[in-house]
Amino acid sequence: MTEPALAEQVHYATASGALSSVWLLIAIPLASAVVLLLAGRRSDRWGHILGCASIGASFVLAVWYFFALRGLGHKAVSEHLGSFIQVGGYKVDWGILYDPLSATFALLITGVGFLIHVYAIGYMKEDPGRRRFFGYFNLFAAAMLLLVLGNNFLMTFIGWEGVGVASYLLISWYQDRPSAATAGKKAFLMNRVGDAAFLVAMFLMFGYLGSTDFATVFNGVGALPHGVTLAIALCLLGGACGKSGQFPLQAWLPDAMEGPTPVSALIHAATMVTAGVYLIARAHPIFDATTIGSTIVVAVGAFTLLLGCIIGCAKDDIKRVLAYSTVSQIGYMFLAVGLGGGAYALGILHLLAHGFFKAGLFLGAGSVMHGMKDQTDMRRFGGLWKYMKVTWITVGLGFLAIIGIPPLSGFFSKDPIIEAAFARGGWQGWVFGLAALLGAGLTAFYMTRLFVLTFHGKKRWTDDIEHPHESPAVMQVPMILLAIGSVAAGGLLVYGGFTDWLEPVFGTTEVPEAVHYSKALMTGISIVVVLLGVVISWLLFRRGTAETEQPARTAIVRAARENLYGDVLNETLFELPGKLLTRAAVFMDGKGVDGIVTGLAAIVGGSSSRLRRLQTGFVRSYALTILGGALVVVAALMAVKLG
Amino acid sequence: MNNFPFLSVLTVAPAVGALVVALLPRSNPRLAKIVALVWSLALLAITAVMCVTFKANGPRFQFRESYPWIPAWGIRLTVQADGIALVMLGLVAVLVPIVIAASWHDADKTKRSVNNYFALLLALDATMIGVFAAADVFLFYAFFEVMLIPMYFLIGSFGGARRQYAAVKFFLYSLFGGLFMLAAVIGLWVVGGHTLDWNALSHISMSTSTGRWLFLGFFLAFAIKAPFFPFHTWLPDAGGAAPAGAAALLVGVLDKVGTYGILRFCFSLFPEATRFFAPLGLALAVVGIIYGSLLAVGQNDLKRLVAYTSIAHFGFIGIGIFAFTSQAGTGAVLYMLNHGLSTGALFLIVGMLVQRRGSANIRDFGGAAKLVPVLAGCFLVVGFSSLALPGTSPFVSEFLVLLGTFSTHKALAIVATSGVILAAGYILWMYQRTMQGNLNPELSTSSGFKHDLTGREKWVVAPLIALIFILGVYPKPVIDVISPAVAATMHDVGKSDPVPATRAVDNGSGGSSAVGDNK
Repeated sequence: MTEPALAEQVHYATASGALSSVWLLIAIPLASAVVLLLAGRRSDRWGHILGCASIGASFVLAVWYFFALRGLGHKAVSEHLGSFIQVGGYKVDWGILYDPLSATFALLITGVGFLIHVYAIGYMKEDPGRRRFFGYFNLFAAAMLLLVLGNNFLMTFIGWEGVGVASYLLISWYQDRPSAATAGKKAFLMNRVGDAAFLVAMFLMFGYLGSTDFATVFNGVGALPHGVTLAIALCLLGGACGKSGQFPLQAWLPDAMEGPTPVSALIHAATMVTAGVYLIARAHPIFDATTIGSTIVVAVGAFTLLLGCIIGCAKDDIKRVLAYSTVSQIGYMFLAVGLGGGAYALGILHLLAHGFFKAGLFLGAGSVMHGMKDQTDMRRFGGLWKYMKVTWITVGLGFLAIIGIPPLSGFFSKDPIIEAAFARGGWQGWVFGLAALLGAGLTAFYMTRLFVLTFHGKKRWTDDIEHPHESPAVMQVPMILLAIGSVAAGGLLVYGGFTDWLEPVFGTTEVPEAVHYSKALMTGISIVVVLLGVVISWLLFRRGTAETEQPARTAIVRAARENLYGDVLNETLFELPGKLLTRAAVFMDGKGVDGIVTGLAAIVGGSSSRLRRLQTGFVRSYALTILGGALVVVAALMAVKLG
Repeated sequence: MNNFPFLSVLTVAPAVGALVVALLPRSNPRLAKIVALVWSLALLAITAVMCVTFKANGPRFQFRESYPWIPAWGIRLTVQADGIALVMLGLVAVLVPIVIAASWHDADKTKRSVNNYFALLLALDATMIGVFAAADVFLFYAFFEVMLIPMYFLIGSFGGARRQYAAVKFFLYSLFGGLFMLAAVIGLWVVGGHTLDWNALSHISMSTSTGRWLFLGFFLAFAIKAPFFPFHTWLPDAGGAAPAGAAALLVGVLDKVGTYGILRFCFSLFPEATRFFAPLGLALAVVGIIYGSLLAVGQNDLKRLVAYTSIAHFGFIGIGIFAFTSQAGTGAVLYMLNHGLSTGALFLIVGMLVQRRGSANIRDFGGAAKLVPVLAGCFLVVGFSSLALPGTSPFVSEFLVLLGTFSTHKALAIVATSGVILAAGYILWMYQRTMQGNLNPELSTSSGFKHDLTGREKWVVAPLIALIFILGVYPKPVIDVISPAVAATMHDVGKSDPVPATRAVDNGSGGSSAVGDNK
């Protein structure tokens, strides 16, 4: 804010100097993607290098822009790039908004993105389609950067669907596997459900405010009736839930692990799945204006974080445990941004810290798989610490970071969220606070299980493995750097004034203090809960585990193995009715709608065979169809009248 | 250049070309193909000049020409073009050479004359230009009906299995609608004071009931043509049986005559009836979106599947037209163009697959991406454009249609938005069943799948994909042409955009506006 008088107003100055080229962040990886996808096999030899170089260049630029923005007084610039749509009163331009929030995301996407790109050089070495992989990866980076750099909800949406496509392409990377193809389709479809909600949010903005650009919408929220604000908030939340794998749209994310591990690390852990958090944080004036809306965000976050933890405890596939862990950690972020006020910054802080340690954990898992002939079943690991020391140490640091052992990242990022949840006060404070605290304990439990089963105890390897090997240096270096980030990022960000950096975006850094309990007490309690989780898990799994699935003795284990019936729910609520409806429509169209026409034609033409068929039972299906069709049209007419 | 008789040249030239191609020696089919292709490219060049000459901010109708025809009835050969017609003429000009190139070998295997096939395509071209350019209602009617003949022969003589059935069904169905239109045209001639000139008719007044009856006559013909639910059942048969190139023109252009006709004739000539029947139009359209999508999900035949997706897309065009806002209307016309590009490309690519496999049944494919990666990639890209992915041109139109519809009909727009989800379902499932998963062993032995896209096929696909992306990122030139014409049409109907319930205070200085916080 430049002028105190405008303290209640957001002002986006026009970009100048270094910052007038922020669009290059998007353009470089996009151009690289186009080259890689069009050049085909000709780029096989240098494709991976171009892919890494482009994202690396974007990272260097992102650092430069970051410092340029720090030097500015007003901390938010927007740039007009060209016109996109203008019809009647609706106008959207290609435009960039560069402020502390988007700068932070740009650094995360390009920085962690670059490391994972480099890792993928090694991981994808044997894959004949490696350069195409880098094309998709660059495409993802470009779309993700557009998502966080757009200055209009429509710009965000274009990036939003762009990352969805990249995610679809990369999940179904091994497309000759039916499971991978299905997982990719499932991810795209469930995301589209959220996207449809996002679209409706934009329609509401246009209908009531005449625009979808950030400035105008945030400006006008105050004048909206509360019902409309709530509707916009809920629609945006729907979009966010789809992209971020939050309840009730969480079921696609674990299946997304069908993709190569670098994809899981970059897209389905560190960046894309946090887009929902970005959206809510970006649209904070809307959520600030509706307490009901933001409370629902908190509730979704709290519920999902527990759901992710519980399922994570029951999984034996290392990547799926990490996937449910991601679901759960993003739950924490939703919880934080739902709490609002100073907690927005806490949510983003946790997002960054999570970006480091979860990406590191996934790369570690990939390294283990690399050495174990793509085995992902933790029951068939064990004792690996001796064979892959670098992986062991980096994963170990990521493990300590995620469960929140001081002074690693997770401690600085997760603990404040738990405290902020308790500080909400009243019954909500207790419910959400205890959920977050319980989640911390469960996280410690399943992560300890993962770590102990993979690296310690007896060997439980399959017969075809003799000497698991450590990954090559090109994979180790990114793992080491991410491990350093997992250790240090949290503390550096907190003591480096990260929340103050975001202050211009959210307007406040104040986190309400807990009234009844001191900070030290809260920290102590949460550390005790975490240690409890670690100890129980260690006692249970230090001797390893059975190599095959054991019968579930309790209902909760059965439910957790079934992903808490999330897939069953989807199947009964959507797939089955969809199938029946489709079959009914196909039957009706062939026998009914078309039958009427051919029947009429037969009557007119006097074809006796057709007439005979008419008399022997088809009349009933025609009559039913006419009735059904009429009912559908009447219903649609009523919908028209309603609108 | 403004005095050059673009429209009559564009109408007559392809007809002449058709004659030339038909009369070329049968012994050298290659010559006929080349002549047809060059002829259509020349027409594309003329159309391009015409589009550049068109002044977006100029008079509503441009390039008007009028010649006497049947003086006794006051009927003249009158042509003119507004922004809506111009866009459709541009689409025809782009698609025809591409379709000719795509159909290069389609007629070789049939027993029929190759020359005739390409002559029919050019004849169809002439009627498509004529129908969009006509400014005399009788002339429009004449093209509307004559258009059926080349298409009837393209399907009936050169189509796949069940081609006879499909061709007759298509013909009779269209003729049936045409009869009602003919009655309405005669009625209009009577009440309009013995003229059928569009510009004159758009100023006459008529009684409410007359207007409504005449509206229905036109509307029925257009609803069959478009086609709207429940008049759509001819389309999957025709689209499934027609050769791929003809199917691309049928769905890409011919069907647009329906929605174009509604905008041009129903709206401007019968504004009161249009407002009266709008809820019916909206209802049929929104049912079409959901119904067409569900049916597309349930298809096992690639060509029929694409035909059903079009029925869903026509539903979007329909709600855009009847929502009566500038965004929805402009979006709908833009949709007519984009759907032509996107579904046209989809039909052509499906045609390449079917031609390689010798079957359109989805079960005969599976895992084909392994054998023909480039073809699979093009299929996927075009598929994504069909589900209106941002960055591709159909997104802009679908978004505008839904956005504009929402501002007048909220519940309806929300129902229609669910079509966005279904679209992802039918496209991705189609792709999965044909291209992904285990390789169908019969594919690896089939000779068609020995080679990926040929050079000719690349030239067919590349321009369409390029246009889809260019117009997806920068649709401004087209929108600038369409939106004044749509605004004029909305003005004819007597409708204007609703004002947003809450107008935000806007500083108006580029990119920077003050925003009130709202705690």
